[in-house]
Amino acid sequence: MAHPSPLLEARGLGKSFLGQTALDGVDFTLRAGEVHALLGENGAGKSTLVKVLTGVHRRDAGTILMDGAEVAPHDTAGAQALGIGTVYQEVNLLPNLSVAENIFLGRQPRRFGLVDRRAMERNTRTLLAGYGLAIDVAAPLGRFSVAVQQIVAIARAVDLSGRVLILDEPTASLDRQEVETLFAVVRRLKARGLGIIFITHFLDQVFALADRVTVLRNGRRIDTVAVADTDPMAIVQMMLGRDLEEVESGPGRPAAAAGAAPAIAFEGYGRRRSVEPFDLAIRPGEVIGIAGLLGSGRTETARLLFGLDAADSGTVRIDGRSVRIASPRHAVALGFGYCPEDRKTDGIVGDLSVRENIVLALQARRGWLRPLSRAEQAELADRFVAALDIRTTDIEKPVKLLSGGNQQKAVLARWLATEPRFLILDEPTRGIDVGAHAEIIRLINRLCDGGMSLVVISSEFDELVVCSSRIVVLRDRRHVGELAGGALTATAIMRTIAAGGADDRTEAA
Amino acid sequence: MTTRIPDAGMLNARPFNVRLFNAGTLPLVATLAIFALAYAVCVVQFPAMLSTRVAANLLTDNAFLGIVAVGMTFVILSGGIDLSVGSVIAFTGVLLAVLIGRAGVHPLVAFALALAVATAGGAVMGAMIHHLEMPPFIVTLAGMFLARGMAFVLTTDSLPVEHAFYATLQQLYWRLPGGGRLTLIAGVMVAVTVAGIILAHRTRFGANVYALGGNRTSAALMGVPVGATTIAVYALSGFTAGLAGIVFSLYTSAGYPLAAVGVELDAIAAVVIGGTLLTGGAGFVAGTFVGVLMQGLIQTYIVFDGTLSSWWTKIVIGALLFGFIVQQRALVWLSARRPSAGSAT
Repeated sequence: MAHPSPLLEARGLGKSFLGQTALDGVDFTLRAGEVHALLGENGAGKSTLVKVLTGVHRRDAGTILMDGAEVAPHDTAGAQALGIGTVYQEVNLLPNLSVAENIFLGRQPRRFGLVDRRAMERNTRTLLAGYGLAIDVAAPLGRFSVAVQQIVAIARAVDLSGRVLILDEPTASLDRQEVETLFAVVRRLKARGLGIIFITHFLDQVFALADRVTVLRNGRRIDTVAVADTDPMAIVQMMLGRDLEEVESGPGRPAAAAGAAPAIAFEGYGRRRSVEPFDLAIRPGEVIGIAGLLGSGRTETARLLFGLDAADSGTVRIDGRSVRIASPRHAVALGFGYCPEDRKTDGIVGDLSVRENIVLALQARRGWLRPLSRAEQAELADRFVAALDIRTTDIEKPVKLLSGGNQQKAVLARWLATEPRFLILDEPTRGIDVGAHAEIIRLINRLCDGGMSLVVISSEFDELVVCSSRIVVLRDRRHVGELAGGALTATAIMRTIAAGGADDRTEAA
Repeated sequence: MTTRIPDAGMLNARPFNVRLFNAGTLPLVATLAIFALAYAVCVVQFPAMLSTRVAANLLTDNAFLGIVAVGMTFVILSGGIDLSVGSVIAFTGVLLAVLIGRAGVHPLVAFALALAVATAGGAVMGAMIHHLEMPPFIVTLAGMFLARGMAFVLTTDSLPVEHAFYATLQQLYWRLPGGGRLTLIAGVMVAVTVAGIILAHRTRFGANVYALGGNRTSAALMGVPVGATTIAVYALSGFTAGLAGIVFSLYTSAGYPLAAVGVELDAIAAVVIGGTLLTGGAGFVAGTFVGVLMQGLIQTYIVFDGTLSSWWTKIVIGALLFGFIVQQRALVWLSARRPSAGSAT
């Protein structure tokens, strides 16, 4: 590929919001038939760059060229007309409309002035066949898995625009197999000559899929390199501007003394159709990792531990006393905390300020009749904003305006403010950048040195290995194994999942 | 473990698409079944109710409600609400009485004027809801007071409408087999319902309305003209309210500022009983028609019975509404639950 002329080119793009520079003289080129990964920490300017390219934000400086001619899209529709289509992380389609309507909304084929449903559905079937998808196109989109919805979104974007496809973290909520399916679709489009901008947090996906990669940091372009000429370490250093040793090193936390009495012990704990009964003993200062594939019962385990779902078998003992956890209120009263997987819907209260989000759990535990004073709240919020390095201009800023990693830290701060003895973190690093990632792992370690126990759920096995003292492996909604000490490696986790406790499968059934 | 080449085809086997239990059409089917059952019960008790005469009267007596409920269906489908329609009916009636009776305007001209005023009023409310980002509840509540107040400014009494053309219109009917008389206003109601069904399901505008009710932000990102659609939806509701006002005026031969109090709530009830989700995005105009007939049927039953208080209508409607709200919650809950259960299998 001898440098074909760029399909889309941006020169010296600049954008600032209320005096804060989001993009500073960014150059960017996209060639036809390439997958160009866009990498950077949260707040590095990836989203802003995409929004400026697609006309959602007006640029303050710079030019955008398409096929060498200057263009100025002023909204999504304008960008589409130029051939630039975008698919966002949260599928922005309409689950209540049929698949066909989603693909053809606003441009339905008509006969005698009325929408020709048959033609629309026929065209949709033909279109989706090109993506290897044969589904009932008259059924509501919401009936299908996220992966299918994602492909439908891509099909729509490509059909509308057809030259440039921007994928904004498309794989964040897909499991491994679905990611491969999506990649197959992207490769197919690449072969058709589309230019694809691919935004992700997963380095391995960059190396699996992309041809070139552009790294942004603090609104500046650090470099654009061919993937073949670089390695993950170099890219991480570009993203962070520093070494990542803290994450790379460390063989995990030392296991708590085996003799120490478990502070919290779940025995035969389970719930029908959710998780098979399991035993889990948690000692003070321990980090227990929970590993498994998507749908293996990880989140279900967390919900059970926190009382979100009531267990229908088993007992819980805390400090030797038998207790009952029938609801999150009980769990909170016992000193439990839970940071859910989907922080947008289950975690943060977007319209409330950072301060209000942080004091929420503590206030709930004190009861509404003993309100924290405004000064106490501010003091608490300031302390945690500083301690967790939550990047916000102001503790009164609505939390929804923060970046993903900082939202996650705000949720974490909420629970830490209650000084819990046992905290459950479900995918604490999902959708956040490498830097915040390292900080969160450091934080986990610090918390446990203070005697708190943690359960960490993550689909990134390397991350679990680094921060856990023990790892429980799940498969098909059963706890199939436990790894500790020297056996704690990502390979061992995968081996355990693959073996799936095949030996005791028959007796369990 | 064998490695397989990933292909989208593997996704196709996922068991999400169960058509037996369709959360989309189930409310409509339930409404139809309940209506059929209720009608059957009525007929068993009063065999005379099984006649085109009763059926035609059912349509005539509820024509204004049926028309206004079609507009309300679109508003609710788009995720909004329109509380002004009852007052607009009253205002239209008074306006017609004043124009025809006092100013001597020909009824047809008066109809056109009234429809224009009602539609424009709806459009203004839609524009306020969109541009000022105000909740529809508040904006249309203001519209409700405004229209009712304007009706009182025009007159405080009941004004009769006497005009030869009015009398002609009122006597127009189409004789049905069995002696029933399908009056003009009943015909208008049926026509409006049919037009509403086509508009909802067979036009781009209809798809845009469903899109708005599904998710405003997504709809905007997908290129739906959110502002224009919102304004059009409330203008449409204003238009149907104006048309219902004309029909009500023909039905009562009078304009009275206190008429049609609470009709907006009857219309909302009809829409919900008809299986439209109050949060928007799902439902059928045909369901609304059945919802209107359901209310009419209960009233007819009470008339036939002769001993029951007419307030029983309200009681039965209340009970039905409770039932349908519970059903909607159950459906939303089931459809939210199923994908997560499916992905884990």
